[in-house]
Amino acid sequence: MNKEYPKTKMVAPPPNILLPERDVDKPPVLDVRNLGIDFGGLRAVDDFSIAIGRTEISGLIGPNGAGKTTVFNLLTNVYQPTRGAILLDGKSTAGKLPSEVNRMGIARTFQNIRLFNNMSVIDNVKVGLGNSISENLFDSLFHTPRYRRSEREATERAYDLLKIFDMQDLAKVEAGNLPYGAQRRLEILRALATNPKVLLLDEPAAGMNPSETSELMDNIRKIRDEFQIAIVLIEHDMNLVMGLCEGIAVLNFGKIIAKGTPEDIKNNDKVIEAYLGRKEDENA
Amino acid sequence: MVFKVTNLIVTLIQGLSLGSIYALIALGYTMVYGIAKMLNFAHGDVIMVGAYMIYTTVALGKCPSILGIVISIIFSALLGIIIEFLAYKPLRRAPSLSVLITAIGVSYFLQNLALLIFKSDPKSIPTLFNLPPLHIGDKITVSGETLFTLGITVVLMIALTLFINKTKLGKAMRAVSEDKDAAMLMGINVNRTISITFAIGSALAAFASLCYGMSYTYIKPTTGSMPGIKAFTAAVFGGIGSVPGAMLGGIMLGVIEKLSMAYISTQFTDAIVFGVLILVLVIKPTGLLGKKINEKV
Repeated sequence: MNKEYPKTKMVAPPPNILLPERDVDKPPVLDVRNLGIDFGGLRAVDDFSIAIGRTEISGLIGPNGAGKTTVFNLLTNVYQPTRGAILLDGKSTAGKLPSEVNRMGIARTFQNIRLFNNMSVIDNVKVGLGNSISENLFDSLFHTPRYRRSEREATERAYDLLKIFDMQDLAKVEAGNLPYGAQRRLEILRALATNPKVLLLDEPAAGMNPSETSELMDNIRKIRDEFQIAIVLIEHDMNLVMGLCEGIAVLNFGKIIAKGTPEDIKNNDKVIEAYLGRKEDENA
Repeated sequence: MVFKVTNLIVTLIQGLSLGSIYALIALGYTMVYGIAKMLNFAHGDVIMVGAYMIYTTVALGKCPSILGIVISIIFSALLGIIIEFLAYKPLRRAPSLSVLITAIGVSYFLQNLALLIFKSDPKSIPTLFNLPPLHIGDKITVSGETLFTLGITVVLMIALTLFINKTKLGKAMRAVSEDKDAAMLMGINVNRTISITFAIGSALAAFASLCYGMSYTYIKPTTGSMPGIKAFTAAVFGGIGSVPGAMLGGIMLGVIEKLSMAYISTQFTDAIVFGVLILVLVIKPTGLLGKKINEKV
């Protein structure tokens, strides 16, 4: 896996139109340039460029099969891009393992929840905390004072994280036995535990009812404010996207067809066309 | 045959002791299966290598027993890491059948290497410790080796359980065994975690070879095969992938084997043991403590 991305011509610097005002003076935390991947002959994602502000909440939307989750897989190096570059805080993630990309500062959740179902809620969070626990094989085997101290700190931090979603009382429950909504929330906490600079949420509100969704929106905002991180989310719930995101990119057939504020996107003809089809098609 | 309670107790203790050895080996199978989703058929031969290491250091090299044992354990753990690195890691994304065949290849390689170095005649493991037998009343005598095996297995199992459940590395291992990709995206170094699992499994196998060598004293290049297969059976019996399952499966297999030897027939022992295995798998296909397999939709 340790190979460099193929060299590509960098097309002009990416338009930073999405950066919210408070982030404009700082370099973007995530700077993606002309990213693309082919599966055989299919260009699944092509020429994907975006800049994400340090504390921005942005949305990635588009019809089913547009390549949204593929973008997340590219950003986390689950897929090796065919073209383009990803700069996290100015550093390229090319050739890194997904675990290394996570340690550099990109964490994610999954569209179809992928918790460690047979582990307790708190252990799921602790797995996420893993890299900030300073404990090696020797410490683990012989329960050195350092082991005790780091375990105690990890437990405290895990409980602090659980408090965000008021889940302290569920700490000892097996993750697989949690109700659906709680599983989605735990996934966010587990990702947050890895101490990311950018948090990628893949359909965080899927399957939630309107009141759960609005609570989730408040919590996403709260997480951003408290941790001062950038959040990118894929979501089909337009109320959530329009109400929460400061910048939105719309993907169709693997290409960005529109970028802008929620207002821009709502009135963009191309977007309306991608979602609803062309006017002429209506009678067809 | 007159039934005597004392005989039954002695048989049960012997069964527990034999079962402990199976359990120690079965743990290696089950942990590796859980984490790398592969059957490491070379695992049985790691026991053989461990036993030869004790022979080399203590019998040939005149090392003190303890030093020989420590060397054997470290060597086996390293061997586990090396086998994984050379033979299995390049096949991480290959179909499981390729990995299985490679594992069988590694098993034959180790056996033939031992044949080349130590020749085919059995070697005897010297007495490592003088352990006094334990007398309970007038009728029951339990050998020191048996007690040693039971004791060391209990200690190792408690340590392993604590390690897996309480430590950062143990949690990483459980995470990788549940969902390798998700674990990777949580910053876990999957390759390192797999290496550590192989090292721990092989070190447990070295403990098993220590107990085996003390009880059976003779070793030859094929020594590892039969305990290896029995332990694999034990792992499946208990539910492959499950750590408590391997412990329970191993101990039950040992007890069943000794009981059928004592009360049914020595010759049919293996048939009875495997018969019970088949019965268990028919009734509970995932093994005694195996987890229900959730079908993905």
